[in-house]
Amino acid sequence: MLTYVSIIITAIFINNIVFAQFLGICPFLGVSKKISSALGMGAAVTFVITLATTVAWLLQVYVLNPLGLQFLQTIVFILVIAFLVQLLEIVMKKTVPTLYQALGVFLPLITTNCAVLGVAILVSQKGYNLMESITYGLATSIGFTLALWIFAGIREQLAITSLPKAMKGVPIALICAGILAMAFMGFSGIKF
Amino acid sequence: MKNYWKILYNGIVPGNPVFVLLLGMCATLGTTSSAYNGLMMGIATAVVLVCSNIVISAIKSLVPDKVRIPAFIVVIASFVTILQLVVNAWMPALNASLGIFIPLIVVNCILLGRAEAFASKNGVTASFFDGLGSGIGFTFALVLLGASRELLGTGKIFGATIFPEDYGMLLFVLAPGAFIALGYLIAIVNKIRKTC
Repeated sequence: MLTYVSIIITAIFINNIVFAQFLGICPFLGVSKKISSALGMGAAVTFVITLATTVAWLLQVYVLNPLGLQFLQTIVFILVIAFLVQLLEIVMKKTVPTLYQALGVFLPLITTNCAVLGVAILVSQKGYNLMESITYGLATSIGFTLALWIFAGIREQLAITSLPKAMKGVPIALICAGILAMAFMGFSGIKF
Repeated sequence: MKNYWKILYNGIVPGNPVFVLLLGMCATLGTTSSAYNGLMMGIATAVVLVCSNIVISAIKSLVPDKVRIPAFIVVIASFVTILQLVVNAWMPALNASLGIFIPLIVVNCILLGRAEAFASKNGVTASFFDGLGSGIGFTFALVLLGASRELLGTGKIFGATIFPEDYGMLLFVLAPGAFIALGYLIAIVNKIRKTC
């Protein structure tokens, strides 16, 4: 049980995917201007990362490893992710149209989110079993949503602050992200 | 020939992937703890970018329009896999320091961006120069960021001491420093672009 608690705390706070591992920066800067869209993106990413991690783990253990095809990992994983996002889009459109409409344009954007491929590769590097992999995927995406949510709150405030022209937009957002990352560094004192 | 120089120049200065287009941020922030790491990551990305641009512009008439994005991704992923095997075999130290960011070149927005915006519409030679230009622009940005972080953090550039390490701010080598240094660099570039 302690293993799972440790995986969850580490993935959300200590090794936060955005602030400590630099994955998923594009959506982090792109869709963090409003809290509502940040939460929508977080929900979509959570869904895809958890699903993609599970499928990638099964493929790695039952297909790539027995056949000795580990070097095809990158190609197989990216195709699986692209396929899953497409599939998810079709299924959600048919079964839960309200959620589909709420997520809107964020769904197709997820294919190029490096956090999804990153987590799938990290899980196979860490050698987790299936349950641990799913826990890690879920916790990591919660960490991503948390980062996006906090950051969107800050950017809503930034939008009404007067700034030098050259600092407006991305530069000041990056500097705020740096200060947030410093705050998250405080969690690295937690040991299991 | 003059036209090709223009394409090359466009990728380096007016359309710099990092400072102007703000693409490929994950690799930019994640691999620039030193100038050397930034240089190597830039070269690795540039090699894949040039190769994938050439192949994509060569096969563009064979690929049906509806499946072009998956086809482009497969081409890019193949070159990344080749690069991964080469780095793993000949440069294991580099493989350890860049780590997960080598396979993640696949999802670097610059590659798919250039494939979709340029290589799928232009000839092979022009695509080669476009890939080379963007690759050099990306490498330049990574080296600049890596050198600034290394200098502020440890007082060195490419391992050569500029000032004693005791005066360095370790923060700039760690994660928060990456965000802050890039933020200021983009602000400086904005300022220069506005005035000239």
